[in-house]
Amino acid sequence: MIAAAFERARSEHRSALIGYLPAGFPSATGCVRALRAMVEAGVDIVEVGLPYSDPLMDGPTIQAAVDQALSAGTGTREVLATVGEVAHSGVPVLVMTYWNPVERYGVERFANELAAAGGSGVITPDLTPEEAGPWLAACAEARLDPVLLVAPSSTDARLVKITARCRGFVYAASTMGVTGARTAVSTVAPGLVARVRKVSELPVAVGLGVSSGAQAAGVASYADGVIVGSAFVQVLLDAPDEDSGIRAVSTLAADLAEGVRRRSP
Amino acid sequence: MSSLPDETGHFGSYGGRFVPEALMAALDELEQAYADARADPSFGAELAELHRSYTGRPSPLTDATRLSRHTGGARILLKREDLNHTGSHKINNVLGQALLTRRMGKPRVIAETGAGQHGVATATAAALLGLECVVYMGEEDTVRQALNVARMRLLGADVVPVTIGSRTLKDAINEAMRDWVSTVDTTHYLLGTVAGPHPFPVMVRDFQAIVGQETRAQVMELTGGLPDAIAACVGGGSNAIGIFHEFIGDESVGLYGFEAAGDGVSTGRHAATLFAGSPGVLHGARSYLLQDADGQTAVTHSISAGLDYPGVGPEHAWLKDTGRAQYDGVTDAEAMEAFRLLCRTEGIIPAIESAHAVYGAVQLGRRLGPGTVIVVNLSGRGDKDVDTAARWFDVLDPPADTTAGAPGEQM
Repeated sequence: MIAAAFERARSEHRSALIGYLPAGFPSATGCVRALRAMVEAGVDIVEVGLPYSDPLMDGPTIQAAVDQALSAGTGTREVLATVGEVAHSGVPVLVMTYWNPVERYGVERFANELAAAGGSGVITPDLTPEEAGPWLAACAEARLDPVLLVAPSSTDARLVKITARCRGFVYAASTMGVTGARTAVSTVAPGLVARVRKVSELPVAVGLGVSSGAQAAGVASYADGVIVGSAFVQVLLDAPDEDSGIRAVSTLAADLAEGVRRRSP
Repeated sequence: MSSLPDETGHFGSYGGRFVPEALMAALDELEQAYADARADPSFGAELAELHRSYTGRPSPLTDATRLSRHTGGARILLKREDLNHTGSHKINNVLGQALLTRRMGKPRVIAETGAGQHGVATATAAALLGLECVVYMGEEDTVRQALNVARMRLLGADVVPVTIGSRTLKDAINEAMRDWVSTVDTTHYLLGTVAGPHPFPVMVRDFQAIVGQETRAQVMELTGGLPDAIAACVGGGSNAIGIFHEFIGDESVGLYGFEAAGDGVSTGRHAATLFAGSPGVLHGARSYLLQDADGQTAVTHSISAGLDYPGVGPEHAWLKDTGRAQYDGVTDAEAMEAFRLLCRTEGIIPAIESAHAVYGAVQLGRRLGPGTVIVVNLSGRGDKDVDTAARWFDVLDPPADTTAGAPGEQM
């Protein structure tokens, strides 16, 4: 299903747009509504974040959202329920999660229940290929796409090792740093994407820092997918209430969707 | 046994690397730099000279005869890491990693600290070697360990209070990792304990192993034999591994780790990770941790900032599972009882962290019986804890007329 979403974007000569929100943020139902609004406004693939107490890849924006979700009692079951509700909207849904909650839930159990809920894949930002063996087996069994990350500092040998274990797409972390909107998207990302293309046929999506249609267009000029997370969280954090927050999500998603179709040089 | 960890940094199923890909190159670089340094006699010689002329090693072994009257006849020996420069065992590891930082050509170090002992040691080594230094410290800890914050700043370090999460050591580590992932080209993360991704657990253990090596020689000289037991407090576990490691192959030597049981393990307000936790992944490695049913890290409590941590080094997890070491909890109240006992019997004010080990050793002595020899790793001195202890025992005079006090005068 993930491959099909990238294929469709490719056939339309554009990049795919991938939108992220943590489950339970701004509320359990608000998250589902916001993700559906994203899809209606042109997001091709949805990432549901599993809120975790120690998100060491995340900057202040996502930390704040995750804190809010955890305080409201969002747990693994709630994440799976969120996936189930969003999967009805017809786009592929992935879970993005730090590793320990998966290990704690049970590797096979997590994979099987996510697949049963309608999930298509899982992004694991702190699971290295060296430690991923049992997880990859569970994903294969459950027909889930495991997505691992590559970074600008990855050696070519590591790119081979990582991309060989990815299904669906390869997640390229565009900068050396944590999540969060940046005024200028990384200058090293195009080089990283080019290096990935030399060793893998999979689509490459770029994340970390995109917050506007113009930036999305810039990334879309060299990547197959544009991942946006903190910018969606930020408009929800800034909104005076949930309804206006969801309208702002919709507006931002439309701007980004226009951006991935523009493909500025 | 001494061949652990394996090549990929595993102690059985524990250890390994669970980190963002962005850090993998830096961990590989560190692993290589450490291997090169170990093979270079000049590195070892420089470190040994710093231990001798800067830290004041070897640290003495004190025969605690008056304390031993409270043990039912067991003889307690204190390995005096509290007498090291900067006041704890932390300097042993810090000097090693600081020299390594210089070898790697990185101008900046960052560190996490709980009680402030590792932060002070790192700030000290940074000053000595001319490195830029940033220390992340949970906001709650900056309050209860204010004296160490001042120390670090006097030494030229930038102390950053961490105001997210539980505002303690765990959050300071998260924030240091976030800094590192953004600055890894110029920065070494000078991790203070035997936790974290490979190669930190093995490297920090090796740098701390000097404690056990000296202890073996000193106990042999004093008693003519090996000790019956070794006792150490366990937060992340570096002082414990430091003194345990040398004795792992000596089956006759019991290894005992004492964790912070806080208000009591049954209350849920504690930090007894090995005693009450379960296997999982935190801060880059698989080990025991305190977590809820969903794998969210638990909020911990201990009177001692240095033990107030929900994780523990992976080698301890392995030592626990194999039964080679035993781990038990010591409550705040029990640790403070031992704190006072050591003050009154030996004239030594210990760090509250180390007081947990003193309590454990006294209990152990009563169990092991007359004639047995127990070495306590007295990992730090208690200057930083005087305020906490004075409040605990209510030994402060009522406040004087503070309006008449000179600026900065303490109540």
